Amino acid sequence: MNYILSKLLEAVEYGKVDQGSPYPPNLKGMDGAHELTQKALDAGIMPQEILETALIPAMGNVGRKFSENKIFVPQMLMSARAMGASMAHLKPFFASGKIKARGTFVIGTVKGDLHDIGKNLVAMMVEGAGWTIVDLGVDADAESFLEALSNNPGAVVGLSALLTTTMINMGEIVEKIKENAPGTVILVGGAPVSTDFCRKIGADFYSPDPRGAVEFLKQLAS
Amino acid sequence: MKYRHLVITDPAKLIFGTAPYPVKTRRGLHIGGGQVYSELNFTLPVMSINDQTLPEVYAHYRQITEGALERALQLNSKGVILEFETLLEMTKSPATGVEIVKIMNDICESFYQKHGLASEIRLTPNDLREFERPALQRTSRLLEPMFQLFEQGMLAGGDLLSIESTGGKEVSDEALMMCDIKAVLFSLAVLGVRDMQFLWEKIAALARQHGKIPAGDSACGFANTAMVLAEKKYIPTVFAALVRVISVVRSIVAMEQGAVGPDKDCAYEGPYLKAITGIPISMEGKTAACAHLSPVGNISSACADLWSNESVQNIKLLSGMAPVAYMEQLEYDVRLMNTALKKGAAYSRTLQQLLVESDVYTDAQALVLDPSNVIRISSALIQGDSYVANARNGALEFIEILEETLASGRMTLPEMELSYIPVLREELQSIPDSESDFIEMMLPLLDPSKFIPSEYGL
Repeated sequence: MNYILSKLLEAVEYGKVDQGSPYPPNLKGMDGAHELTQKALDAGIMPQEILETALIPAMGNVGRKFSENKIFVPQMLMSARAMGASMAHLKPFFASGKIKARGTFVIGTVKGDLHDIGKNLVAMMVEGAGWTIVDLGVDADAESFLEALSNNPGAVVGLSALLTTTMINMGEIVEKIKENAPGTVILVGGAPVSTDFCRKIGADFYSPDPRGAVEFLKQLAS
Repeated sequence: MKYRHLVITDPAKLIFGTAPYPVKTRRGLHIGGGQVYSELNFTLPVMSINDQTLPEVYAHYRQITEGALERALQLNSKGVILEFETLLEMTKSPATGVEIVKIMNDICESFYQKHGLASEIRLTPNDLREFERPALQRTSRLLEPMFQLFEQGMLAGGDLLSIESTGGKEVSDEALMMCDIKAVLFSLAVLGVRDMQFLWEKIAALARQHGKIPAGDSACGFANTAMVLAEKKYIPTVFAALVRVISVVRSIVAMEQGAVGPDKDCAYEGPYLKAITGIPISMEGKTAACAHLSPVGNISSACADLWSNESVQNIKLLSGMAPVAYMEQLEYDVRLMNTALKKGAAYSRTLQQLLVESDVYTDAQALVLDPSNVIRISSALIQGDSYVANARNGALEFIEILEETLASGRMTLPEMELSYIPVLREELQSIPDSESDFIEMMLPLLDPSKFIPSEYGL
């Protein structure tokens, strides 16, 4: 692998945002994702290659370590920030079509429910896997999902709920999405949700953790 | 903090069933007066709550109350608390919540009259303000239905008043995920404290007006969120344990404003409140596995005056409905503790030690619930002239205890946990004594879109 890309992969994997950031201590004073991405572009490396060779594998490593209980969420969030610093350089190339995202993922915590920690984790990991995220936040109703789908045709949808009295709202949202945007793939998750419930409401996939959602989307995009 | 001395200084006296300032209830329960009672918590199965389903909702609460009290009676229970923790729709439309209190209270009264079984209802409206982001803590129109439910619900028979208030949660949620201990301390010791002062002054006044019991608040949305995240290996257990210690300065404000206990079951900071203020407390542990997992299943009961199950859905199990099954589990635990109390101090102390020793060195979060450590950390928590200093001092004392315990070899932690300890200590040591200096330090670091300072009097 190109030297700059290998350093960029390392910077994102270990959460080094830029040269001035104190974290992680062992990379103190070294270039972070911000500088390394600029250097890669200056060296003529194609944006798509930067994304596919450095950023997505870095976040893949982070996701794997997290799944194996080798790092905690803060380390993962630092990696996500480093990836964000890199993506800021690549954004213009998405607009011009020089980079293609794996897809768009519309995610939200369903109507009546305010819990967003799990939803945010999933969004972060899916973004790290190369997807564009449309985050509808919490207390999101069917109409907001439908609007997001009309702005992002073909997007995959993720629904989150933590309460037994709000997970029921997933059913209504799934029904409306399937009616108005047939063919939309819908993932569901949250503490009280199960595979059985997922099947019952007509959603397409349930994962008990963020990693499962990422793996499912990876297969979907391949 | 108003408190300058501990009410309980001897760990042996920080024990189940006995509190320096017990609470007497309308039907004669004497909480903290020498015996432990069960506190049953429950919720609906998967269903919607709307005008069409309300009869079914009421039927669930009727079935739960009748079934639980019937089982308590069969098990020769000495008394039961039933916690009615409202769901969104029941607080938004207070009439719905009040109707459920009435249904439950009628059944409680019937069991009392017919069989002499004393039971009371703890009424816990959910904090609606968190549905607005950024939250309007002091000016929200949602305060009106919340307080309507408090007032009408207590008149309908909800004698013990509690809430899991959410002031500061806007900042805490992200801080927990980033393991940002300074932002957590800001959310609890600045925002949380200020919101508790605002809220509990009103709740205590209402309770006094109607002769009801202002029981207490829980930092559930903060410290239990941390506990659950640590259980999932999302954040280090040492961080979650620190959040628990810091949460004490926030929850104790309810007592400063007039709350008398029993404090809420999910407030695992309860032992600290009991040591510092002498109020009775409710606790939950292994019996709460129906709601969430925890590393403190036994140790949490070491000084409980009420013993709870957190929450269970009204669904059918092999033995019967789940709340009935949990009533039985709670009653057997309580029966054991009460037998130890009846046989005298030596037996109760032995049981207390067994409950502690079976958990204490298995997890940092268990370490903070050891009565000896509770007393030691509480002594540090009351040192300082601001809630910020109180919280910081308590947290640093916990780190001392943790390091002593690790050095003694009684407890081990994986390297990925250990690496956080010096970082957390350094962060805590950088916190100044005064609240205003701390606010000045933190405001530039926080996302201004997350909370409205003026809603906290800042």
